[in-house]
Amino acid sequence: MNLFEFFRKKTSAPVARDRLQVLLAHERSVIGKSDLLATLQEEILAVIAKHITVDRDAVQIKLDRGASFSTLEIDVEVPLNAGKLIPRPAGETGVRASA
Amino acid sequence: MGKVLVVTSGKGGVGKTTSTAALGAALARGGENVVVIDFDVGLRNLDLVMGAERRVVFDLINVVQGDAKLAQALIRDKRIDTLSLLPASQTRDKDALTTEGVDKVIAELKEKFDWVICDSPAGIERGALLAMRNADLAVVVTNPEVSSVRDSDRIIGMLDSKTLKAEKGEKLDKYLLVTRYDPGRAARNEMLKVEDVLEILSIPLLGIIPESEEVLKASNIGSPVTLNNPDSAPSRAYFDAARRLKGEIVDVVVPLERKGLIGRLFGRRVA
Repeated sequence: MNLFEFFRKKTSAPVARDRLQVLLAHERSVIGKSDLLATLQEEILAVIAKHITVDRDAVQIKLDRGASFSTLEIDVEVPLNAGKLIPRPAGETGVRASA
Repeated sequence: MGKVLVVTSGKGGVGKTTSTAALGAALARGGENVVVIDFDVGLRNLDLVMGAERRVVFDLINVVQGDAKLAQALIRDKRIDTLSLLPASQTRDKDALTTEGVDKVIAELKEKFDWVICDSPAGIERGALLAMRNADLAVVVTNPEVSSVRDSDRIIGMLDSKTLKAEKGEKLDKYLLVTRYDPGRAARNEMLKVEDVLEILSIPLLGIIPESEEVLKASNIGSPVTLNNPDSAPSRAYFDAARRLKGEIVDVVVPLERKGLIGRLFGRRVA
């Protein structure tokens, strides 16, 4: 430790403030999102399950928060032999919806 | 119709019970009719801090379950007759509290008192949610320390989503009460400043309670600090906070201990 460092006392409170700001910015977005996404996933799955037999893992929901608008992307993989599948044009195997 | 105030924090040991007792007594001394309720079932302590531990006969759970009338469970303070305590149960399980039962008790208390102050247990579980459920306003108790600030941020999120007011789309007023503050250490950048905590949590400031030995002295005796030594620094800060709760505009200052000449010459504070 040189003389300069000795006199320039290191302080811990600014470090605490910076760590908190970074951490909370992250936690707020994650906690807010996970609640909403879990609810959406359950409810969308319930609606789909009323009409088509789908695997739970075949429904993917993604929420992207942008500065001016957010995108909700719902990706449902519909199996070819879906039991109660409503008639639709042959050859289509997946439904993709973006809102 | 009284106001329901929840004193909460997320983290334990930051001063919820001390602040509930001190604010309740400060409001009652100002002529308001106040009841303080302990929601910490199984780990009750408000009775002890208020010095009423030997007078507990019935508790919140007895009232919720219909085994006792509200009037039987309420304990009137011996020092101020406008201050009452509704203790928690020490022996029962916290699952004995039902949502409907708590709503009913709070509704009844709101008829009788100007202020219904709910002392929340630590954590974000059922007990804490029940304590905040009926709140019209919330006091978030925070120490200038990273883990307390983080937990307060979490509890603020819950106040905005898990209370009856939030569910109805109404605004719940939330206020920050910074406790155990040491202005000297904050000035030396060894402790988070109040401004830092305010900037991070972004809710209005209710008060700054300085770190003080008076708080422990008061709880040793079983008296809210605002009754035990009303002129001490923490008490003056609590009295100011109580006036702000009533809607008065009071400048926020950190009160300092008043010392005599001898104290000033020889008094040393151990940080």
